[in-house]
Amino acid sequence: MTWEKLGLLLLEGTKDTLYMTSWAALFSYLIGLPLGVILTITKKGNIMPAPMFNSVIGVIVNFLRSIPFIILLAMLLPVTRIVMGRAIGTRSVIFPLIISAFPYVARMVENSLEEVDHGILEAAQSMGSSNLQIIFKVLLPEAVPSLVNGAAITITTILGYTAMASAAGGGGLGALAITKGYNQNKLDILYSTSIALVVLVQLITVSGTRLTTWFDHRKK
Amino acid sequence: MTDQQQPQIQIRGLCKVYQIPGGEVVALNNINLNIHKGDIYGIIGMSGAGKSTLIRCLNRLDTPNDGQILIDGQNILAMTKQELRQTRRRMAMIFQQFNLLMQKTVAKNVRYPLEIAGVPKKEANERVTELLKIVGLEDKANAYPAQLSGGQKQRVAIARALAGDPEMLLCDEATSALDPMTTQSILALLKEINETLGITVVIITHEMAVIRQVCNKVAILDGGKLAEQGTVDDVFMHTKSIAGKRLFGILPQEEAPPQKESLRIVFDGESASQPIISRLVKDCGIDVNILSADIKQLNEKVYGQMLIERPEDPQALIRVKDYLKEAGLSVEEVHAQ
Repeated sequence: MTWEKLGLLLLEGTKDTLYMTSWAALFSYLIGLPLGVILTITKKGNIMPAPMFNSVIGVIVNFLRSIPFIILLAMLLPVTRIVMGRAIGTRSVIFPLIISAFPYVARMVENSLEEVDHGILEAAQSMGSSNLQIIFKVLLPEAVPSLVNGAAITITTILGYTAMASAAGGGGLGALAITKGYNQNKLDILYSTSIALVVLVQLITVSGTRLTTWFDHRKK
Repeated sequence: MTDQQQPQIQIRGLCKVYQIPGGEVVALNNINLNIHKGDIYGIIGMSGAGKSTLIRCLNRLDTPNDGQILIDGQNILAMTKQELRQTRRRMAMIFQQFNLLMQKTVAKNVRYPLEIAGVPKKEANERVTELLKIVGLEDKANAYPAQLSGGQKQRVAIARALAGDPEMLLCDEATSALDPMTTQSILALLKEINETLGITVVIITHEMAVIRQVCNKVAILDGGKLAEQGTVDDVFMHTKSIAGKRLFGILPQEEAPPQKESLRIVFDGESASQPIISRLVKDCGIDVNILSADIKQLNEKVYGQMLIERPEDPQALIRVKDYLKEAGLSVEEVHAQ
């Protein structure tokens, strides 16, 4: 295979991978972020304690999180067909990716919000803040560095999931590595896609770390 | 005089019990207190006495099990969420750990209470500048809390507390994380705020020095109970409770007996600041060996105790005792271990 052809394949794969990853990340945050906030504030001792409700949500999140992506992908096929119009293909895979990632996001967000010093929340309460004001003006802004760091980790995790998209007819670097590289025994494709994936993960991780530091004002 | 008015904060039969595994802890046991407008009310006690729980009940950060807290006659425990928020805005609070928003600049921290109260941005910014001036941090408006010293952080917290024009300021161990010098300056600031803005200040502390320096009233908490209360002068001069005597240094903190046969001289504020010991040496012609002393001055009066070695000669002992009693001090013999 010529370098040019290989380059084109990789470019196409990268494009598909990033397409699936970014849409899945966006929607899993749209669901997971509010869910993470709810998981945090309904905890005992937090600003809107509702322990029963909290346990119920917690169980659902844990249930979804414990199903491996490749199995969820298969299980969801009929639902995916309804939601996305067709069950397979690069675009359709975004749906199971979201379902798999949003509980993960919720837990990541919950973790980040837990790091906010409880004293700061009490100070906000003592100033007569409403719960919404505490969430939007204190809890989330104070957790920004940690949320950004969590987002970088989440995105690399979703990126990893996309490699399994080929099982449902999706494209991307993972599919390229399996269908062309492994099944057709083309080692140059297998290795070069792996390298491309490594580079992508590195880029995301490094920018995540940089952004985290940039957002964090706790250091002098 | 002020006692005729309705107290600004009335605490009635306040009880707080914490459930812990295997039992319960009584943090507050039937506390009754009146705090009047313009008071700087100190609440002092050893750690675990319940003082932090008490102040946290005042703005309902903690919910008591029984009793009433009336703010200008209104029971804060019976308020709706909305009423509670409005009342909390009238009673600002500062904390031992400052609790500043770490991701926001000093100016934005101070602006926060104005923001949540819906004050227009321009007006809020002017007020922030004004407040930072009051606490002496005009040049730190754009700094982040992490770049400030402890004392500066507490000043930001005070500016933030003042932003909403509160009538009361609750200070939960506000100087306990600060060094003595910084503590002095923060206390001076609190006093200034009390005097110039007429804000009632409630101070929780375990340090006697804090009470002496700024408070006009004091309540002593001991094991969740109110041991005594009154004006600082009164409580100092006629300390009745054991807890009070310990805190004021009239009784030693730990009651370890001295190494030598000795005499304990108690300064109860009556003897003014005469150089009693040096006169004792001159007038009685005996050497005095001071073993320990814990003496404090308040309003030019001396409080505290001193332990001196007991003269071995019985004659000298009688002379010393008589001399000190004549000077208006109480003397007692303390036996060695």
